[in-house]
Amino acid sequence: MATPKPRIKVPSKAAKGEVVTIKTLISHEMESGQRKDKEGKPIPRKIINKFTCTFNGQPVFSCDLAPAVSANPYFEFTAKVMESGTFEFTWVDDDGSTYSAKNKITVQ
Amino acid sequence: MKLTRRQALALSFGATTLAVLGVPTTRAWANTEATEKAIKEFTGGAAPEAGRITLDAPEIAENGNTVPISVSVESPMSGDDYVQSVTLLADGNPNPAVATFHFTPLSGTATATTRIRLAKTQNVVAVAKMSNGAVFSDTKLVKVTIGGCGG
Repeated sequence: MATPKPRIKVPSKAAKGEVVTIKTLISHEMESGQRKDKEGKPIPRKIINKFTCTFNGQPVFSCDLAPAVSANPYFEFTAKVMESGTFEFTWVDDDGSTYSAKNKITVQ
Repeated sequence: MKLTRRQALALSFGATTLAVLGVPTTRAWANTEATEKAIKEFTGGAAPEAGRITLDAPEIAENGNTVPISVSVESPMSGDDYVQSVTLLADGNPNPAVATFHFTPLSGTATATTRIRLAKTQNVVAVAKMSNGAVFSDTKLVKVTIGGCGG
Protein backbone atom coordinates (compact mmCIF):
# COMPACT_ATOMS: atom_id res chain seq x y z
CA MET A 1 0.00 0.00 0.00
CA ALA A 2 1.12 3.51 -0.71
CA THR A 3 2.42 5.60 2.15
CA PRO A 4 -0.51 7.01 4.10
CA LYS A 5 -1.16 10.55 2.96
CA PRO A 6 -2.68 13.04 5.41
CA ARG A 7 -5.15 15.65 4.26
CA ILE A 8 -6.03 18.59 6.49
CA LYS A 9 -8.45 21.46 6.42
CA VAL A 10 -7.76 24.37 8.75
CA PRO A 11 -8.82 27.97 8.11
CA SER A 12 -5.77 30.13 7.33
CA LYS A 13 -7.06 33.10 9.33
CA ALA A 14 -9.07 33.43 12.52
CA ALA A 15 -10.09 36.07 15.03
CA LYS A 16 -8.53 35.96 18.51
CA GLY A 17 -10.41 33.51 20.70
CA GLU A 18 -12.32 32.04 17.76
CA VAL A 19 -13.22 28.36 17.85
CA VAL A 20 -12.19 26.92 14.48
CA THR A 21 -13.21 23.58 13.00
CA ILE A 22 -10.43 21.28 11.86
CA LYS A 23 -10.97 18.35 9.50
CA THR A 24 -8.37 15.65 9.02
CA LEU A 25 -8.22 12.49 6.97
CA ILE A 26 -5.41 10.04 6.34
CA SER A 27 -5.39 7.33 3.71
CA HIS A 28 -4.95 4.05 5.57
CA GLU A 29 -6.63 0.68 5.13
CA MET A 30 -7.21 0.15 8.92
CA GLU A 31 -6.92 -3.65 8.60
CA SER A 32 -9.07 -4.83 11.49
CA GLY A 33 -7.50 -8.22 12.18
CA GLN A 34 -10.97 -9.80 11.83
CA ARG A 35 -10.75 -10.53 8.12
CA LYS A 36 -9.38 -13.69 6.58
CA ASP A 37 -7.46 -14.12 3.34
CA LYS A 38 -8.30 -16.62 0.57
CA GLU A 39 -6.64 -19.49 2.45
CA GLY A 40 -8.67 -18.74 5.55
CA LYS A 41 -5.76 -17.35 7.54
CA PRO A 42 -6.49 -14.22 9.53
CA ILE A 43 -4.98 -11.05 8.06
CA PRO A 44 -2.90 -9.43 10.83
CA ARG A 45 -4.21 -6.22 12.35
CA LYS A 46 -2.65 -3.00 11.08
CA ILE A 47 -4.37 0.19 12.10
CA ILE A 48 -3.60 3.73 13.10
CA ASN A 49 -3.93 3.47 16.87
CA LYS A 50 -3.36 7.06 17.94
CA PHE A 51 -3.98 10.51 16.54
CA THR A 52 -2.87 13.73 18.19
CA CYS A 53 -3.22 17.40 17.40
CA THR A 54 -1.14 20.08 19.13
CA PHE A 55 -1.05 23.85 18.74
CA ASN A 56 2.32 25.52 19.36
CA GLY A 57 3.28 22.39 21.30
CA GLN A 58 0.17 22.40 23.53
CA PRO A 59 -2.20 19.40 23.25
CA VAL A 60 -5.53 20.29 21.63
CA PHE A 61 -7.17 16.99 20.77
CA SER A 62 -6.16 13.36 20.62
CA CYS A 63 -7.85 10.07 19.93
CA ASP A 64 -7.18 6.40 20.66
CA LEU A 65 -8.44 4.28 17.79
CA ALA A 66 -9.71 0.71 17.81
CA PRO A 67 -10.16 -1.48 14.70
CA ALA A 68 -13.80 -0.32 14.59
CA VAL A 69 -12.74 3.02 13.09
CA SER A 70 -13.34 3.04 9.33
CA ALA A 71 -10.62 2.88 6.71
CA ASN A 72 -9.11 6.27 5.91
CA PRO A 73 -9.80 7.57 9.44
CA TYR A 74 -11.52 10.93 9.39
CA PHE A 75 -11.75 13.35 12.30
CA GLU A 76 -13.52 16.62 12.70
CA PHE A 77 -12.94 18.60 15.88
CA THR A 78 -12.50 22.17 17.09
CA ALA A 79 -9.72 24.30 18.50
CA LYS A 80 -9.74 27.66 20.24
CA VAL A 81 -7.02 29.93 18.85
CA MET A 82 -5.68 32.81 20.94
CA GLU A 83 -2.53 33.52 18.89
CA SER A 84 -0.95 32.79 15.52
CA GLY A 85 0.83 29.50 15.37
CA THR A 86 1.15 26.04 13.95
CA PHE A 87 -1.07 23.00 14.30
CA GLU A 88 0.83 19.74 14.30
CA PHE A 89 -0.94 16.49 13.52
CA THR A 90 0.53 13.05 14.20
CA TRP A 91 -0.81 9.59 13.38
CA VAL A 92 0.79 6.50 14.95
CA ASP A 93 0.65 3.21 13.05
CA ASP A 94 0.56 -0.26 14.64
CA ASP A 95 3.99 -0.97 13.11
CA GLY A 96 5.46 2.01 14.98
CA SER A 97 5.76 4.41 12.06
CA THR A 98 4.33 7.88 12.45
CA TYR A 99 2.89 10.21 9.86
CA SER A 100 2.69 13.92 10.49
CA ALA A 101 1.49 17.17 9.00
CA LYS A 102 1.62 20.85 9.93
CA ASN A 103 -0.70 23.75 9.27
CA LYS A 104 -0.23 27.43 10.07
CA ILE A 105 -2.96 29.75 11.22
CA THR A 106 -2.81 33.55 11.50
CA VAL A 107 -4.75 35.40 14.17
CA GLN A 108 -5.82 38.84 13.07
CA MET B 1 -28.96 -41.92 -4.80
CA LYS B 2 -27.72 -40.06 -7.79
CA LEU B 3 -27.90 -36.27 -7.69
CA THR B 4 -29.20 -34.42 -10.68
CA ARG B 5 -27.50 -31.18 -11.58
CA ARG B 6 -30.53 -29.26 -10.31
CA GLN B 7 -30.53 -31.02 -6.93
CA ALA B 8 -26.79 -30.52 -6.51
CA LEU B 9 -27.17 -26.82 -7.14
CA ALA B 10 -30.03 -26.53 -4.68
CA LEU B 11 -28.02 -28.33 -2.03
CA SER B 12 -24.99 -26.11 -2.43
CA PHE B 13 -27.16 -23.00 -2.18
CA GLY B 14 -28.69 -24.32 1.00
CA ALA B 15 -25.28 -25.02 2.48
CA THR B 16 -24.07 -21.51 1.67
CA THR B 17 -27.13 -19.95 3.26
CA LEU B 18 -26.59 -22.00 6.40
CA ALA B 19 -22.94 -21.02 6.54
CA VAL B 20 -23.83 -17.35 6.22
CA LEU B 21 -26.56 -17.55 8.85
CA GLY B 22 -24.24 -19.50 11.11
CA VAL B 23 -21.61 -16.75 11.29
CA PRO B 24 -23.14 -14.56 14.02
CA THR B 25 -23.67 -17.48 16.37
CA THR B 26 -20.22 -19.02 15.96
CA ARG B 27 -18.34 -15.76 16.45
CA ALA B 28 -17.61 -14.28 19.83
CA TRP B 29 -19.47 -10.99 19.44
CA ALA B 30 -19.08 -8.34 22.04
CA ASN B 31 -22.23 -8.05 24.08
CA THR B 32 -23.87 -5.82 26.59
CA GLU B 33 -21.74 -7.29 29.39
CA ALA B 34 -18.47 -6.52 27.61
CA THR B 35 -19.75 -3.02 26.87
CA GLU B 36 -20.71 -2.44 30.49
CA LYS B 37 -17.29 -3.64 31.56
CA ALA B 38 -15.65 -1.23 29.11
CA ILE B 39 -17.80 1.63 30.47
CA LYS B 40 -16.77 0.76 34.06
CA GLU B 41 -13.10 0.66 33.06
CA PHE B 42 -13.45 4.06 31.42
CA THR B 43 -15.36 5.75 34.25
CA GLY B 44 -13.55 4.02 37.10
CA GLY B 45 -16.82 2.59 38.46
CA ALA B 46 -18.99 5.71 38.40
CA ALA B 47 -22.46 5.20 36.94
CA PRO B 48 -23.08 7.46 33.92
CA GLU B 49 -26.01 9.90 34.00
CA ALA B 50 -28.08 11.02 31.05
CA GLY B 51 -27.80 14.55 29.68
CA ARG B 52 -25.17 17.06 28.55
CA ILE B 53 -23.85 14.62 25.96
CA THR B 54 -25.41 14.25 22.51
CA LEU B 55 -24.58 11.39 20.21
CA ASP B 56 -25.50 11.89 16.57
CA ALA B 57 -25.73 8.78 14.47
CA PRO B 58 -27.83 7.81 11.46
CA GLU B 59 -30.95 5.79 12.27
CA ILE B 60 -30.24 3.50 9.35
CA ALA B 61 -26.72 2.96 8.05
CA GLU B 62 -26.70 1.36 4.63
CA ASN B 63 -23.00 0.57 4.74
CA GLY B 64 -21.62 -0.61 8.08
CA ASN B 65 -18.09 0.10 6.89
CA THR B 66 -18.42 3.86 7.27
CA VAL B 67 -21.03 5.11 9.68
CA PRO B 68 -20.68 8.81 10.46
CA ILE B 69 -20.86 9.46 14.20
CA SER B 70 -20.80 12.84 15.92
CA VAL B 71 -20.59 13.49 19.61
CA SER B 72 -20.82 16.75 21.48
CA VAL B 73 -20.82 17.57 25.17
CA GLU B 74 -22.07 20.77 26.78
CA SER B 75 -19.22 22.29 28.73
CA PRO B 76 -17.63 25.71 29.23
CA MET B 77 -14.25 24.10 28.36
CA SER B 78 -12.48 26.51 30.72
CA GLY B 79 -9.28 25.90 32.67
CA ASP B 80 -10.77 23.76 35.44
CA ASP B 81 -14.16 22.74 34.03
CA TYR B 82 -13.84 20.83 30.79
CA VAL B 83 -14.53 17.48 29.18
CA GLN B 84 -11.54 15.20 29.61
CA SER B 85 -12.46 12.38 27.31
CA VAL B 86 -15.31 10.76 25.44
CA THR B 87 -15.32 7.08 24.54
CA LEU B 88 -17.41 5.47 21.81
CA LEU B 89 -18.53 1.86 22.21
CA ALA B 90 -20.47 -0.47 19.92
CA ASP B 91 -22.10 -3.40 21.71
CA GLY B 92 -22.58 -5.61 18.64
CA ASN B 93 -19.03 -5.50 17.27
CA PRO B 94 -16.45 -8.24 17.90
CA ASN B 95 -14.86 -5.79 20.34
CA PRO B 96 -16.91 -2.96 21.87
CA ALA B 97 -14.13 -0.34 21.80
CA VAL B 98 -14.37 2.09 18.89
CA ALA B 99 -12.51 5.28 19.71
CA THR B 100 -11.67 7.51 22.66
CA PHE B 101 -11.37 11.25 22.19
CA HIS B 102 -9.29 13.34 24.58
CA PHE B 103 -10.07 17.04 24.86
CA THR B 104 -8.32 19.95 26.52
CA PRO B 105 -9.49 23.51 27.26
CA LEU B 106 -7.71 24.43 23.99
CA SER B 107 -10.27 22.33 22.10
CA GLY B 108 -12.77 25.15 22.58
CA THR B 109 -15.74 22.80 22.38
CA ALA B 110 -16.06 19.11 23.15
CA THR B 111 -17.28 18.02 19.75
CA ALA B 112 -15.85 15.42 17.42
CA THR B 113 -16.94 13.58 14.30
CA THR B 114 -15.52 10.38 12.86
CA ARG B 115 -16.58 7.39 10.78
CA ILE B 116 -16.85 3.96 12.32
CA ARG B 117 -17.47 0.32 11.40
CA LEU B 118 -20.54 -1.48 12.65
CA ALA B 119 -20.84 -5.23 12.16
CA LYS B 120 -24.63 -5.37 12.50
CA THR B 121 -27.62 -3.46 13.88
CA GLN B 122 -26.64 -2.43 17.38
CA ASN B 123 -26.42 0.24 20.06
CA VAL B 124 -23.68 2.83 19.91
CA VAL B 125 -22.82 4.29 23.32
CA ALA B 126 -20.91 7.49 24.02
CA VAL B 127 -19.61 8.14 27.54
CA ALA B 128 -18.11 11.47 28.58
CA LYS B 129 -15.82 12.02 31.52
CA MET B 130 -15.62 15.56 32.92
CA SER B 131 -12.61 17.08 34.65
CA ASN B 132 -14.53 17.00 37.96
CA GLY B 133 -15.19 13.26 37.64
CA ALA B 134 -18.85 13.44 36.55
CA VAL B 135 -19.84 10.94 33.88
CA PHE B 136 -22.56 11.28 31.23
CA SER B 137 -23.68 8.95 28.50
CA ASP B 138 -25.96 8.72 25.48
CA THR B 139 -27.01 5.70 23.42
CA LYS B 140 -28.31 5.42 19.86
CA LEU B 141 -29.57 2.36 18.03
CA VAL B 142 -28.13 2.19 14.52
CA LYS B 143 -29.72 -0.17 12.00
CA VAL B 144 -27.10 -1.60 9.70
CA THR B 145 -28.01 -2.98 6.26
CA ILE B 146 -24.57 -4.33 5.26
CA GLY B 147 -22.23 -5.21 8.11
CA GLY B 148 -18.77 -3.73 8.16
CA CYS B 149 -16.35 -6.17 9.74
CA GLY B 150 -15.24 -8.06 6.68
CA GLY B 151 -17.17 -11.18 7.75
